[in-house]
Amino acid sequence: MLPLLVFLGVTFLAPLGTMLMRSVHEPVVADALPATLAALREWEGEGSPPEAVYEAAARELGAAREARTLGQVAGRVNRLRSGLRGTFTRTAGDLEEVTEGPWREAMAGMDSAWADPGTWHAIRAAGERFTARHYLNAVDLRRLPDGSVARQPEERRIYLPLLWRTLLVSLAITVFCLLLGYPIAHLIAHAPPRRGNLLLALVLVPFWTSLLVRTTSWIVLLQTQGVINDVLVAIGLVGDDGRLSMVYNMTGTLVAMTHVLLPFMVLPLYSVMRSIPPLHMRAAASMGATPAQAFRRVYWPQTLPGVGAGSLLVFILAIGYYITPALVGGSSGQLISNMVAYHMQTSLNWGLAAALGALLLAGVFVLYLLYDRLVGVERMSLG
Amino acid sequence: MRTDPLARAAARTFAHSVARTSSYAAALVACLAGHAAAQSITAVSYGGSYQRASTEAWYEPFAAATGIRVDVEDFTGGLAQIRAQVEVGNVYWDVVDLNASEVTLACDEGLLEYVDAEMLPSGPDGTPAEEDFAPGTLSDCGVGGVVWSTIYAYDANRFPGARPETIADFFDLEKFPGRRGMRRVPMVNLEFALLADGVPAGDVYAVLDTREGLDRAFRKLATIKDQVVWWEAGAQPPQMLADGEVVMSTAYNGRIFNAQVLEDQPFVIVWDGQLLDINQLAIVAGSPRVEEAMRLVSFASTAEALAALGRRISYGPARASAAPLITTHLETGVEMGPHLPTHPANMARALRRDWAWWVDNQDALNERFSAWLAR
Repeated sequence: MLPLLVFLGVTFLAPLGTMLMRSVHEPVVADALPATLAALREWEGEGSPPEAVYEAAARELGAAREARTLGQVAGRVNRLRSGLRGTFTRTAGDLEEVTEGPWREAMAGMDSAWADPGTWHAIRAAGERFTARHYLNAVDLRRLPDGSVARQPEERRIYLPLLWRTLLVSLAITVFCLLLGYPIAHLIAHAPPRRGNLLLALVLVPFWTSLLVRTTSWIVLLQTQGVINDVLVAIGLVGDDGRLSMVYNMTGTLVAMTHVLLPFMVLPLYSVMRSIPPLHMRAAASMGATPAQAFRRVYWPQTLPGVGAGSLLVFILAIGYYITPALVGGSSGQLISNMVAYHMQTSLNWGLAAALGALLLAGVFVLYLLYDRLVGVERMSLG
Repeated sequence: MRTDPLARAAARTFAHSVARTSSYAAALVACLAGHAAAQSITAVSYGGSYQRASTEAWYEPFAAATGIRVDVEDFTGGLAQIRAQVEVGNVYWDVVDLNASEVTLACDEGLLEYVDAEMLPSGPDGTPAEEDFAPGTLSDCGVGGVVWSTIYAYDANRFPGARPETIADFFDLEKFPGRRGMRRVPMVNLEFALLADGVPAGDVYAVLDTREGLDRAFRKLATIKDQVVWWEAGAQPPQMLADGEVVMSTAYNGRIFNAQVLEDQPFVIVWDGQLLDINQLAIVAGSPRVEEAMRLVSFASTAEALAALGRRISYGPARASAAPLITTHLETGVEMGPHLPTHPANMARALRRDWAWWVDNQDALNERFSAWLAR
């Protein structure tokens, strides 16, 4: 028992905890500019701050440059106010020539941004060791200098619509998988063993095929000069200039993701359906139920644990899916996970990536509780 | 049917990881047997034709000259992996090939070793390195490798009549209808939009620095937005042109050149409004092989090595003394001069990317660009 707990802790809880911590903990600026931030506390927030602030800032910028952490500090502040990265690095370089004050004139002379209260508001905000900034950012809100919370300007609202879209797309994919997977699972579960195994293999072979191969195969099929369009043009259904665009948009994302996730629906359904004796349906029929009635009142309720498990599995996988939408989604088929990847790999804003991830996690958790309320988790069966 | 670049990339990654696993196994066996493994360092590049060219021009000759083996890994740019290695203190990349803005950023963050320009070899005629390198190609942490550019290209067969000639034509859907390929980043596209909107090359960044100027650039991009197919990897534009997915596309000039000379594609490059860029070699901070890495950087930045690269892919050299050595394409004998971004005929309306501006503004603009795309 204990080794298992340790294993879970190291491989699962610790990374999760670190990620959640990163979404609220931003020590870089606070560690690099402690005296500046302390001096800024005296400042009312209007006009330029007192000379003591400038003096501390000049000293600490130089120290950060020496320690080669200046770039990280400047990058954090730059996220709150564009352009300050350059201000920080240039001024820190110029300050090497200056040995004594008055610092305010010296720094404002190097870059007029130092005379702008907005710069100091940004530094003060970036200096919060524990911050809700990333969460606000993740739902398209921001904190104004006076402390109140406001919506982002129109052209920067991006995450809320994306979260919403991710939710809808995942729901749609879950429904598609259920509609396609239910009959397939039924067919496999009640076919004679030989044929059943063959059908099962047909489900499993794509499941074992590399995700990249499956996704790129969809590109080959769906693209404007691709197989499906060629066939449609050849049989005259669409003109050569009216080829359908089915990939690099939402259609591509829906088609490819439904295909990729389908086995996760079929397998739990199959194992649940196999345990339902065919006798039940015959018994229902012998007692006068129509096939539709027998299905609705006898068969369907018994498959619910599989439906629940499959749907939850597909939904949870879909909500965090990233490689397929990145390859076939174009710009309209991107999901929130693509933004998480973007902030992990490109913008290196790990705090925001962590906050977005935490929101997804919370979403899945809420769904799980909802499912527990409606169906009961103990009834869920993976077979 | 042509194979898709992504499928090719996937296959290559697979082959690569098999190769790597077996080399790990070999190293393990060597360690267990008590033999010191042969000295080797790891260089990182972008894959595709550029990586092939730099391996042949730099890494293999370096290994032959010094006995230090160079393992080449590929990545898609960006600093995340470097940052992770430095933060964890397990640096296994030694030499990285980065664009100049990434070098500036990474240098500020302490992710790269400082490079002493005085250590670099002088030109064949004895010009000291610091004078030989073009302005902006040497920085605190990076040593200029290649000068490349983003251009747009079209398939000549698609335009039997009038042909696109200026950057404005790229944005002119009436004169030249059809879908366009553009890289899915704000960088380059905003500059192209302003150039096409009539802003002189010299004023582009001053205009972009204002709110109205940015709005203007986004408005111009919006005029073609629903005709744009967005690409991400450098290998995609030639593929999309060849497939007829787009009639014209922005692209890295070397990739189009390769399609022209090696695959006989009827592509034409429009140099008007080209955006020049610089890539530099840099050394990851804390590399345990910093001395060997520095030797490789020095080796690759000699005029001869830069010329050897320029004779394999049409990227210009960072140092002046290498330019006359770039004569013909090694494989096909094509005269290289007219294909280089820095050729006078191609420079009539060229713009140099302002790294400092992008370092300051890219966070905010990436966000705005993503929001704009999603709308």
